[in-house]
Amino acid sequence: MLYDIRLSIEYDYETPAEAGLHVLRMVPRALAPLQKVIESRLDFDPLPAGRSERFDFFGNPVTTIRYGEAVTRTAFLMTALVDRQPGRVPDDTSPPLEDLKAGIRAIASLGPQAPHHFLPPSPRVSPDPIVTAWAAGIAVGAASVFAIVSKLCAALHEEMVFDPTSTAVDTPFSEAFAARHGVCQDFSHVMIAALRSLGIPAGYVSGFLRTIPPEGQPRLEGADAMHAWVTAWCGPGMGWIEFDPTNNLIAGEDHVVVALGRDYFDVAPVKGNLRMSGGQTSLQSVDMIVRQPG
Amino acid sequence: MDQSAPNEAADLSGLLAGYSLLPGIADELLDGAGNVRPVWLPLLQHLASLDDEERDIALNRADQYLRDGGVYFRHYGKNGSTEREWPLSHIPLLIEKAEWDTIAAALTERAELLEQVMADIYGENRLVSEGILPPELLAANPEWLRPVVGITPRGGKFLHHVAFDIGRGPDGSWWVLGDRTQAPSGAGFALETRMATNRSFSALFRQNRVMRLAGFYRRFRDMLQSMCESENSRVGILTPGPLNDTYFEHAYIARYLGFTLMQGADLTVQDGRLLARTVGGLKPVEVLWRRLDSAWADPLELEEDSQIGTPGLVEALRAGSCTLVNALGSGALEARAMMAFMPRIAEFLTGTPLAMPNIATWWCGAPAACEYVVANSARMTIDKAMSTGLPFDHGRDAVIAGVTTDGAPVNPDWIRDHAAGLAAQEILSLSTTPALAGGRLTPRPMSMRVFLARTRNGWTVMPGGFARIGHTSNSADISMQRGGSVCDVWVVSDRIEQPETLLHHKVTAARRSELGILPSSAADNLLWLGRYVERAEDQIRLLRAYHLRVAETGSADYPLASHIADQLTVIGADPAEPVPPGLARNLESALRCAGRVRDRFSTDGWNSLVDLDRTLREFASRVTAGDDAARAYSVLLRKISGFSGLVHENMYRFTGWRFLGIGRAIERSLAMLRLLADCTAPDAPSGALDLAIEVGDSIMTHRRRYTVDTDRYTAIDLLLLDELNPRSVHHQCRAMNEHAIFLPRPAGESTTPFQTRTISLVTALSSASAETVTGERLAELQAQVGELHGLLAESYLH
Repeated sequence: MLYDIRLSIEYDYETPAEAGLHVLRMVPRALAPLQKVIESRLDFDPLPAGRSERFDFFGNPVTTIRYGEAVTRTAFLMTALVDRQPGRVPDDTSPPLEDLKAGIRAIASLGPQAPHHFLPPSPRVSPDPIVTAWAAGIAVGAASVFAIVSKLCAALHEEMVFDPTSTAVDTPFSEAFAARHGVCQDFSHVMIAALRSLGIPAGYVSGFLRTIPPEGQPRLEGADAMHAWVTAWCGPGMGWIEFDPTNNLIAGEDHVVVALGRDYFDVAPVKGNLRMSGGQTSLQSVDMIVRQPG
Repeated sequence: MDQSAPNEAADLSGLLAGYSLLPGIADELLDGAGNVRPVWLPLLQHLASLDDEERDIALNRADQYLRDGGVYFRHYGKNGSTEREWPLSHIPLLIEKAEWDTIAAALTERAELLEQVMADIYGENRLVSEGILPPELLAANPEWLRPVVGITPRGGKFLHHVAFDIGRGPDGSWWVLGDRTQAPSGAGFALETRMATNRSFSALFRQNRVMRLAGFYRRFRDMLQSMCESENSRVGILTPGPLNDTYFEHAYIARYLGFTLMQGADLTVQDGRLLARTVGGLKPVEVLWRRLDSAWADPLELEEDSQIGTPGLVEALRAGSCTLVNALGSGALEARAMMAFMPRIAEFLTGTPLAMPNIATWWCGAPAACEYVVANSARMTIDKAMSTGLPFDHGRDAVIAGVTTDGAPVNPDWIRDHAAGLAAQEILSLSTTPALAGGRLTPRPMSMRVFLARTRNGWTVMPGGFARIGHTSNSADISMQRGGSVCDVWVVSDRIEQPETLLHHKVTAARRSELGILPSSAADNLLWLGRYVERAEDQIRLLRAYHLRVAETGSADYPLASHIADQLTVIGADPAEPVPPGLARNLESALRCAGRVRDRFSTDGWNSLVDLDRTLREFASRVTAGDDAARAYSVLLRKISGFSGLVHENMYRFTGWRFLGIGRAIERSLAMLRLLADCTAPDAPSGALDLAIEVGDSIMTHRRRYTVDTDRYTAIDLLLLDELNPRSVHHQCRAMNEHAIFLPRPAGESTTPFQTRTISLVTALSSASAETVTGERLAELQAQVGELHGLLAESYLH
């Protein structure tokens, strides 16, 4: 499927802010063989004084910009044309959980995809005893790693209510889980904590969801802003599989990946340093529209 | 030291009574047979030749030195942190040079090995791919920083300044207890410890067989300086700030080496270049000696909550525009579990075993090692695998000799369940060395910290300087945070050592740029320091005038006294209390500002401020109103003048001194304008004009300049307009105008708004006559002077 994607993020400042440096992860990444970025661009208003591009440790494209003067408003606009293939719903060839450890240990690498990065505590996801206990309960009886991940994904979707107003970007996932309310970021962080507590490597995916569903299908939750889901390592044979706990499905043709990391910290679309005295408001909008052939 | 010194071959038996070998533990003073090692004899003979009083005097000289130098460290306790005196253990540790050379060679090898490990774990990662190092050990290490993976440091080297903690085991051999690669502290304290110990044993020292320390610093300083590629850039020392436990050392080292002390906010990054915000605008910084843990160095890419970092620092490293000493991420090597793999890493990377072994360590994440630890926990300490503490610094979950901190035997399943996060280390009984306790030599456990610095010709080792001494015979009590102390280490040569100091090399001295750079934040602190001290002086003068009058009349209940009381209340020093809290607060603020710029301050200046503050506190507890208070304020006035004299007269005319002077001039002008406005007001009580002359410290001058009694015009003439009177507003404005001439010009501007304002004030005051100065005019002048600080900030204090 070919998508036209548009992501706009705007900040308004009550008083002029010394905006300094911003690190942006807004442009979709290439992900062979299923995702190809045919074209992409980032535009800024006002124009920054400096701009540079690079890839981060996990292979995500990063743009760094610098403002020289104080600003009262900044607007970042990303547009891209992305080809996303459906892939295949995988057959479960994952090992039983007790064999996963040996599978991880056998990987003598710290490359960006190595599962080792995705088991220890990360900046936003530390072990949480309540989530740990919950995960242990759900995992009972599941025969394979893949089965456990699927079961956790379904259970989380069942128990937690998607509610865009309930949490903020810095709400700890444990709070969201205690209230069983949250946005895609909370769903993802809870699921990552749950998987890691069982010894299953799990990472965070930021990206977009198709805005208008295919005919006859319901509109997915999380399509109005940047979305987030989970990638779980299901053993050496299956490798990384992406699960969307907010919608209880395996990510596929309707999902476009922007960045991968251990948690939100690694993939936040905008990280900036500001020196300001007043408050700020921000606005984010996303469109991901199917480009009709011809 | 001459071992055959004839000096009265004193009997050592008294001195050594009660000093003996502890079972199963090596000793530095006594060999295995209990005989004194020859290297110690001169020191022991010297000690034995002193009577108790002479010895106390000698030891006190060291304490006095440290007190005078204001040497402290920050201690963290239940009730927050406090500054503690440097815990000196007076008796140095003595090591023969031949043995030291072996230690130095082994540690040089280890430093080079660690450099190779850094290059690997932030580069090719062969240690992981070849199965030498388990990947989890890096993946779970909070100091292994993914954002700097793949960055090759400018100049090619990761490590430039490292330290090793080493200890001697029961069989006499040395063991590495910890690798300090992040930002090792202590090298500055070692210098102070050396100088203090020198004071006690100068006679022994003059015999010149103790290896000197200064050459180490000179070589390291030259190396750092030579890493700057451009002429106008300087070496900065990056400190987390005054609340850090070793801030004293950061300021001390900056002053000693002539580098600029900076905090994260003093730096900014533009297009990959690291720049310092200085009063002369943005200046490039090419070499930064980092005394800040890596994770806090850049809130954009590392710890996002860091308030003490510099956004974009990692970007600057990526661009190769600056060198960090040490490279970011070097703390990864300090993790305790890494030690378990160092023997194999050494074999793999260098083909040779470690020249000095490190303390036996097991990472429980390896199943076989875990079971070994479970079976042998009785002779081990088990603690967090990623802890960077030394073997004797235990965390809350530590298991020591098989027992948890709650006193229960450890459950083997607890070890197995947390295996990947645990490392075990063999419990090492450290050797003992003499310390004085109750006037007697007593054996106490010790560990040495050895500092190494990279120079153009490879690593150089600081010959001695720093050992930790336990406060009981238990090796675990060696930590300074738990009452341990520090002693000097003398490496004793069998030949005469040439004295070395930093000052010898004129070439380097000449190369350093003339005025250096002044970070805007330091300028701000100096400006405020000048203001707070002057504000305090103004309060003290007025308080003294008040209490003199109360003393004269025995009452505060008459118009002039209540007039002064009103003024005092307006300036935050309500005289209801003999020593008002507002005055104490001003001095506290002054101390706080001074504390942030201690690297720019003479020790005498600092001490006189501390003394002033201490005296005030003492007075606050006992001084009563009237004569008693008046005399107390005279004492304070002399002390504050002492501070001003030390600072204003003796400080080199660096740009920083000008900010201090401007702060003082602004505050003095404002105080004088306020005083004049109050005392010349139509409703001012009789005696108010004389008060103004008195508080303005101008009684004598007034008598000589005017034949009449004080009136409105003579007061205004003398205190506002007379440029020859150093207390007058005119004089102060001229002083500020002169400072302004010497301040750097912002790019593309010929004058600054501050300078323009001082010129217009000077012009106005030169042409005014006392008759034309009305109350409104005084108020206008007050407003114009009041804006000077803001105008200065506009150009210099970003």
